[in-house]
Amino acid sequence: MSLTHYLMVSAILFAISVIGIIINRKNVITLLMCIELMLLAVNTNFIAFSRYLNDEVGQIFVFFILTVAAAEAAIGLAILVVLFRSNKDIDVEELRELKG
Amino acid sequence: MTVEQIVFYVFATLTILSALGVVTVRNSVQAVLCLVLTFFSAAVLWMLLEAEFLAVALVLVYVGAVMVLFLFVVMMLDVDFASLKQGFTRYVPLGILVAIGLLIGLYWVLRGEVFGLEAMPEPAKHAADHSNVETLGLLLYTDYFYAFEIAGVILLVSIVAAISLTFRGRRERRGQSVPSQHRASKDERLHIIKMDAEVAQDDESETDDSEKAAGKNRDQTKGETS
Amino acid sequence: MSMQTQLLVIVLAPLLGAILAGLLGKRLGKRLTHRLTIVGVAVSFILSLRIFWGYLYGNATPVDITVYNWASFADLSIQIGFMIDSLSALMMVVVTFVSLMVHIYSIGYMHDDDGYQRFFSYLSLFTFSMLMLVMANNFLQLFFGWEAVGLVSYLLIGFWYQKESAIFANMKAFLVNRVGDFGFILGIGAIFLLFGTFDYAPIFKTMGQAEEIMQISERSAENALGLMSLDGSFVAWGDTTWPIITFICICLFIGAMGKSAQVPLHVWLPDSMEGPTPISALIHAATMVTAGVFMVARMSPLFEFSETALMVVTVIGAITALFMGLVAIVQNDIKRIIAYSTLSQLGYMVVALGVSAYSAAIFHLFTHAFFKALLFLGAGSVIVALHHEQNIRKMGGLYKRLPLTYWTTLIGTLALIGTPFFAGFYSKDAIIMAAGQAQGPAASFAYFAVMAGVVITALYSIRMLLVVFHGKSTLDEQHLSQLTESPRVITWPLIALAVPSLMIGWFMTQPMLDGDYFAESLMVLTSHDTMQAFREEFTGAMSFAMHGFMTPVFWLMLAGVVTALIFIWFKPGWGVAVGKMLTPINRLLQRKYFFDEVYQKVFAKGSYSLGDMLWQYGDKAVIDDGIVNSGAQTLGRIGQKLRKLQTGYLYHYALVMVLGLVALLLWLILRN
Repeated sequence: MSLTHYLMVSAILFAISVIGIIINRKNVITLLMCIELMLLAVNTNFIAFSRYLNDEVGQIFVFFILTVAAAEAAIGLAILVVLFRSNKDIDVEELRELKG
Repeated sequence: MTVEQIVFYVFATLTILSALGVVTVRNSVQAVLCLVLTFFSAAVLWMLLEAEFLAVALVLVYVGAVMVLFLFVVMMLDVDFASLKQGFTRYVPLGILVAIGLLIGLYWVLRGEVFGLEAMPEPAKHAADHSNVETLGLLLYTDYFYAFEIAGVILLVSIVAAISLTFRGRRERRGQSVPSQHRASKDERLHIIKMDAEVAQDDESETDDSEKAAGKNRDQTKGETS
Repeated sequence: MSMQTQLLVIVLAPLLGAILAGLLGKRLGKRLTHRLTIVGVAVSFILSLRIFWGYLYGNATPVDITVYNWASFADLSIQIGFMIDSLSALMMVVVTFVSLMVHIYSIGYMHDDDGYQRFFSYLSLFTFSMLMLVMANNFLQLFFGWEAVGLVSYLLIGFWYQKESAIFANMKAFLVNRVGDFGFILGIGAIFLLFGTFDYAPIFKTMGQAEEIMQISERSAENALGLMSLDGSFVAWGDTTWPIITFICICLFIGAMGKSAQVPLHVWLPDSMEGPTPISALIHAATMVTAGVFMVARMSPLFEFSETALMVVTVIGAITALFMGLVAIVQNDIKRIIAYSTLSQLGYMVVALGVSAYSAAIFHLFTHAFFKALLFLGAGSVIVALHHEQNIRKMGGLYKRLPLTYWTTLIGTLALIGTPFFAGFYSKDAIIMAAGQAQGPAASFAYFAVMAGVVITALYSIRMLLVVFHGKSTLDEQHLSQLTESPRVITWPLIALAVPSLMIGWFMTQPMLDGDYFAESLMVLTSHDTMQAFREEFTGAMSFAMHGFMTPVFWLMLAGVVTALIFIWFKPGWGVAVGKMLTPINRLLQRKYFFDEVYQKVFAKGSYSLGDMLWQYGDKAVIDDGIVNSGAQTLGRIGQKLRKLQTGYLYHYALVMVLGLVALLLWLILRN
């Protein structure tokens, strides 16, 4: 298996998550999940390069990304819960307080 | 086709299909379950790349903890998920357009001439007794020790943040309210009542007088406080 | 005490008094305040007198001490230092003596005033500033003193700051003085350009060498300056070029015109009478207004080399001496009469400067300080007795009630009009003789002006004396009988000033005008020596005074006195008739030649309308509407357009982010 194979898998994962972000107009949870997918794609990239360059530092990076992603997911979900409490809804289209 | 290739293609396909499921299925619970599947199959791919520790960690931490968290939230929130998917197809063309642009660009970068086997041959496999955990541990606890510590702090902060954001119970703290203490005036706390010195008198008049004096004193204190 | 210590004490004692009285006045109380400041001024007076004595009777030599190096640039060092010679020693004595008298007098005059401590603080501060001015050894220190006395003058004219007229007057004084100071600072700049230094000593040395060259090789002034390479020229406008020395002198003289109130910058002095009377005596008669005269005399080495500048000085002085005296005749405010008289006498001094009779000018300054301060303080005494009444038409017959004031004022008046034996006679006669001696049309005009001025001086002085002290009082008997002589703190300074007004000429004329008292401090070219005639005639103070009875000057003065007596005393009706006959002239004099009106219309109104125009068109139209508001509106419009981009939808931001990512990626790929 060449490096290109792995990289293309993660590229497709990334593209799918981009599509998810674009087409999803209603659900914040889906947005969060798409972000998780993106991170997964990035992590796969790191690991593939780590293998083919024979350098374990790439894996260390993935380790830290996983840590931060876990923290991000926890806080994101907490915000989501608070949002739901105040809005009774998690509709992305209703989140337009920033409209200029 | 070697076993390895079969495994790769099977799980790569599974990863992509389940990822598509994440963004397309209407039910959020199903979407989370699709995501779990994506993570699982990605973990297999990572195994193929000899990152055993991270593959296991992905399954344990992500699938075991984070995805369960997602599931909890999805089930906890009383959301009308059906309505959330309305107007879903409106942006599909745009999404696909962007995704295709992205993929073309990425393919240009990642094409076989650049990262193929000729340009980057597959490195030799590690021996059976090679410990991926040991290698990572050696790096993590030496060169990346400070980063490791900071990662721990980040996790702590996220715990505190998540709790403080969602905490709804009564905040039972006991403390002093300095401003209200300062606002209090002497009169609110202390009433000085002036009384005549008691002089022994006959019984009847004494009671009358003491009543009168008490009434007088009450008037006085009222005047002071007002 | 070393010389330097003495000089420092002279300067700093009044300053210390001023600071204590100003900052701690309320705590010290009235009595301690005036004691402290008087002690401060008295100390400087005694030390000044000692130094002056050294120059007058001893053989003290000029001293030039640098006390402190304030700042130094590449090849320029700005110093604080003192140049003491016969000229500055004389000025120091005048300043400290009159100041001391005024301090004492003010105890009585300002007795009930709320600003008692403030007043004494200002008085002492003025003394300090004036001493800094006269003792300076460089132009910057001179300028410092110059501005400081102007500041104190401003503060004191507006001392009663609740009076609107006082505020108007002090603002006027300040603004008019700015015009003069503008010229003065230009002159100082030109001096620096020419000599490359601000210090007196090297400048005087250079000019002294130029004079030597002139005398030895009998060259013209221009030639001598050329040899010293000081013959630069200044392009005034078009093809007109001025020798730079003339430019310097005229600029300096413009400064002197402002401070010494010469036409046309005289308008502030009569209005300055809004201040308390002791101030009029000290600042606006005896000392500050003579700063210009002092400065020109101090710069005699420069002025001597510019015929043009001297001519300008002469003409300005002559105009002031004659026409301001005329205004005094028709005034009815006792202080304003004396103020116009001061203007006229300053004109005399300036004429003397113009005809190179610097010693006569300074001597007149000296005597004038005593008798004019005396007149003002006498007027103040009358004003106090009449509870702040200044109109002379409401006075009259006061000589019985205020005998001391009357006699001292009489001495002052006689000295002013130049009665032989009195101080004013010697100095004024010297000026008139010098003007007669000088050559040229300007000098001829000046000679006529000062001669006519004698009649006029006598006329207004005697008129004032008669109307105030003699004649019928407009007050009723009861009021009149209640009038009492002022307290001793007021009368003693009057006596102390009357003595020098009467006698100073007897002792000082010989050394100052005939002798060589000023030999080392004033420079007069041999060709300009207009004091020669005076020296030839002067044989002694007494005999000169006896001789004075036979000069035309005396008869002119007598004519003035007699005219005043006739019109005021014997035939008051004639005066009114003459006044009616000369209505246009009378009107002209009453309105003071319309100077105020013209200035008000041209300069004040002009400034207002210029400012208004700049405000309407420059500020409002261009800056406010054009730059500020339209800039803000443009930005606002752009913002209105741009805010449409902020939809507030989260996915829009995400989409743009992704698009940006894709675009960046494509750019990275396509770049190669």
